[in-house]
Amino acid sequence: MNKMKALVCRECGKEYPTKAIHVCEMCFGPLEVKYNYDEIKKVVSRKAIEQGPHSMWRYLDLLPVEGTNFVGPHAGFTPLVRAKNLGAYLGVEELYIKNDTVNHPTLSFKDRVVAVALTRARELGFETVACASTGNLANSVAAHAASANLRCYVFIPGDLEAAKVLGNLIYKPHVVEVEGNYDDVNRLCSEIAGEHGWAFVNINIRPYYAEGSKTLAFETVEQLGWRTPDQVVVPMASGSLLTKIWKGLNEMKHVGLIDEVRTKINGAQAEGCSPIATAFKAGRDFFKPVKPKTIAKSLAIGNPADGYYALKATAESKGAMESVTDDEVVEGIQLLAQTEGIFAETAGGVTIGVLKKLVKQGVIGKKDVTVAYITGNGLKTQEAVIDAVGRPTRIQPSLLAFEKTFQLRRTNGGTP
Amino acid sequence: MIKVRIPTPLRPLTKNQGEVSVAAASIEDLVNNLEAAYPGIKARLCDDKGELRRFVNIYVNEEDIRFLKGKDTALKTGDEVSIVPAIAGGSPWPA
Repeated sequence: MNKMKALVCRECGKEYPTKAIHVCEMCFGPLEVKYNYDEIKKVVSRKAIEQGPHSMWRYLDLLPVEGTNFVGPHAGFTPLVRAKNLGAYLGVEELYIKNDTVNHPTLSFKDRVVAVALTRARELGFETVACASTGNLANSVAAHAASANLRCYVFIPGDLEAAKVLGNLIYKPHVVEVEGNYDDVNRLCSEIAGEHGWAFVNINIRPYYAEGSKTLAFETVEQLGWRTPDQVVVPMASGSLLTKIWKGLNEMKHVGLIDEVRTKINGAQAEGCSPIATAFKAGRDFFKPVKPKTIAKSLAIGNPADGYYALKATAESKGAMESVTDDEVVEGIQLLAQTEGIFAETAGGVTIGVLKKLVKQGVIGKKDVTVAYITGNGLKTQEAVIDAVGRPTRIQPSLLAFEKTFQLRRTNGGTP
Repeated sequence: MIKVRIPTPLRPLTKNQGEVSVAAASIEDLVNNLEAAYPGIKARLCDDKGELRRFVNIYVNEEDIRFLKGKDTALKTGDEVSIVPAIAGGSPWPA
């Protein structure tokens, strides 16, 4: 089956071959994969998916690659956790955490998009891969490139968290630290991509790369027993993830996997970098770029490429957008950890903070089946919480010292 | 003269040059002078109303002109201008 018909410009409709290009020559609009849905409909089914591999590749029929020689064969199919404690605390009866803190191999949702991007890059014959990244993407590209024997350059801003820098270096790609913020890195990489014939996963491979995010929507629906949630909360950096979750849900309906989509898509940003949420709340369909200043560095994109489409997707779904302060981000990380035992990175703190706010505002109702997307692991952003978590209780190695410190009475062993 | 870096999609219009030089006192001026030298380029950069297209980013000495004065941003000899397509790839549904 030839799934992909062409790349098509989202703005003017001009079609291009399915190569490593991302911009329409005529109007600079973004290019998007045009699928052969008639063919896909013939083969896709709930049963076929359920019998597929325990990875995001069980949705292969809806992903833009030609073969099955996957880079990143184990990405995705992460747990959908029923969050009873957090739900009870917030007042939401049926709350779930889509837990990509344990995605394989680099503990963020980026393993999904990179698996698609590098699989496609290899199909297109590339030997060098690269990316502009706020951290997680670079980690994932570096790890996957190592396993696929691809040359690799990752470009990161100069102020990244230590674990995200080390999480690149360990795989030994060329790690290029650019003096500037992500938007500087991104602009530089766009120019480099124009001069060097590499596969920049989030630039010239972007039409394929971005599609990997749809699997977060697919998995959610399947794991809910082929139901769509009433509400989702999605963190926004470029805005791509949010638009692709919306697309994924609608695509499932289009190919007959589900009957209807009633999901409201809610976007979450940190106040120190909230160009999309600010535009949404002001009722604008365009955003103003900002200079980011937040601890949520993985979301610190001041000129979000997909901001315009994220605004559209949220509006179409009748969802909302909100932002939270850095203090609320830290509180959100702690709340999720202490209620559900899931340690999220700062982006997760943003998501939980916004979830809390939307419930309080009544935007998310008590009876709404709600899914919060937790996209990265807290061990990578320890700087953000180190001053908030306290210290261990230090004691001498003696039973007496222990009992005294914790004021415990002996019960002569036994069962509880 | 102002040095202008041209992105790949526009190079067919600039005889495949990745960098060109034009005289200009502002960004608006620059777009018009580029058009005079390389006919057809303005229609790619601007919409029917003459406004820069949504997915076109322009930088003066590495700074986004939206943080400066937009189309009215002044230019002087020695300035470097980059034209860079925005990298969008998401799309809402339905198309």
